[in-house]
Amino acid sequence: MKDVFIIGAAQTPVGEHWGLGLRELGATAIRAALADAGLEAGTDRIDALFVGNMLGGAVNGQENLGALLADAAGLLPIEAWKVEAACASGGAAVRAAALAVASGAQDVAVAVGIEKMTDTVSDRLAAGLASASDGDFEASHGLSFTALSALLMRRYMHETGASREDFAPFAVNAHASAAKNANAMFREPISVEDFLRSPLVAAPIGILDAAPVCDGAAAVVLCSREALAAHHRPIRIAASAAATDTIGLAGRGDLLTLGAARSSAEKAFAASGFGPKDIHFFEAHDAFTIITALSLEACGFAPRGEALKRAAHGCFAVGGCVPLSTCGGLKGRGHPVGASGTYQIVEATAQLRGAAGANQVPGARVALTQSIGGHGSIAVTHVLEG
Amino acid sequence: MDLPRYHRLTAPYYRLEGQRCAACDAVQFPPRTSCGACRGADLKPYRFSGRGTVYSFAEVSQPPRGFVGPYVVALVELEEGVRVTAQLTDISAEEVEIGLPVEMVTRRLQEKGPHGYLVYGYKFRPCLERSAARRAS
Ligand SMILES: [Zn+2]
Repeated sequence: MKDVFIIGAAQTPVGEHWGLGLRELGATAIRAALADAGLEAGTDRIDALFVGNMLGGAVNGQENLGALLADAAGLLPIEAWKVEAACASGGAAVRAAALAVASGAQDVAVAVGIEKMTDTVSDRLAAGLASASDGDFEASHGLSFTALSALLMRRYMHETGASREDFAPFAVNAHASAAKNANAMFREPISVEDFLRSPLVAAPIGILDAAPVCDGAAAVVLCSREALAAHHRPIRIAASAAATDTIGLAGRGDLLTLGAARSSAEKAFAASGFGPKDIHFFEAHDAFTIITALSLEACGFAPRGEALKRAAHGCFAVGGCVPLSTCGGLKGRGHPVGASGTYQIVEATAQLRGAAGANQVPGARVALTQSIGGHGSIAVTHVLEG
Repeated sequence: MDLPRYHRLTAPYYRLEGQRCAACDAVQFPPRTSCGACRGADLKPYRFSGRGTVYSFAEVSQPPRGFVGPYVVALVELEEGVRVTAQLTDISAEEVEIGLPVEMVTRRLQEKGPHGYLVYGYKFRPCLERSAARRAS
């Protein structure tokens, strides 16, 4: 496989974009990423577009996003299609583009993650999100996306003796970073007291355990070594890996080990030659605080059941051993579900270029990103090197 | 739920019917095309007893379309060692705890509206002997 480099990265602000639809959001991110790479749609050679999206059909009534966004971004007649992997769609689109370039089949490929969640009412959105779970044996029994996370969190608290308060550091850290990120949805820091006072949405999950509903699009331009130009500031994709686990929570031997997250992380570490100790910061899938804890354990940053203890010691905060969600994460920046995995790569690229401004991790050279879908039934993990 | 899909699911939904593997004796729920333990393909229908304990639980207050909350959902560990995800019934969230003995009952899962059909399937309630003992004490 050939080396793959990120040469362009861009994002729209995350929020409630009432005035923008899928095509405007997507085209904005794609054109900005191409401009960042010094490329122009219609003039320079761009071989393919991969669109990461989860809810286009269920919520927006729009599929075939490859053609929609290729058209909107002025890239016709480029090869383009949608990649769907639930909340990991954005990571999967980047992996699809990386595979296309690594194989030698394409020299320049674009990945865009996009989600437009605020076009519908809450029960239709809840049904759309629940479609990432087992339709016959979870969603059809009334299990919401949040309730499935609550099942994980309740069991974790039962086995480890953790309290709700022990999960607070993840949310406090995410909001502290988001407050310094102009593209983030939430620009206000929160305290542990705020976290504890927040209403419960599916006990034991409170509203400040959960990432918000929002819109957003982020895009990266990938290329081969031969396509690199002098003006690029390339970031190398040191590893890209994906794995799966049972679609339903009930089928997992150890409920509290995210098998797909662990397997994809192990593959990414093996392929890159790096290990958890070499990682300078980690963009985790912090859709719920419990998922952050389980992702940290799956990636080897803490033994099973120990992530909260390490968090309590400040290990995952700014200046800690492995800073987490350095631009606000899904929790603070916002979680436009099928776009979040691409946002992670865009933010990690900014960090590795030394261009993350107030959120910059000093000396960051090696990054880990992990995008998780369906409560761990699918995970996509990347290692990036600046 | 669409009718063909509902029809396909009546054995697991009505009878908590899974499978037993002829090769390794493992039981599984829901039914699959191969054994989750040994990947063998010789699988016979196996009806679970319907008795188990609450392994984890949560309250749904913002239900997906087609459901009316609040209600309690749980991972139930069946006495055969297999877990199943379901709603709890005849109990409030405040009364549930991990380890609570529960048993399967058949209840309405979804309502299709005035011109549709009702979808029935398994839910779990506190074991009746235990409830009776609690009332007596
Ligand atoms: Zn078997």
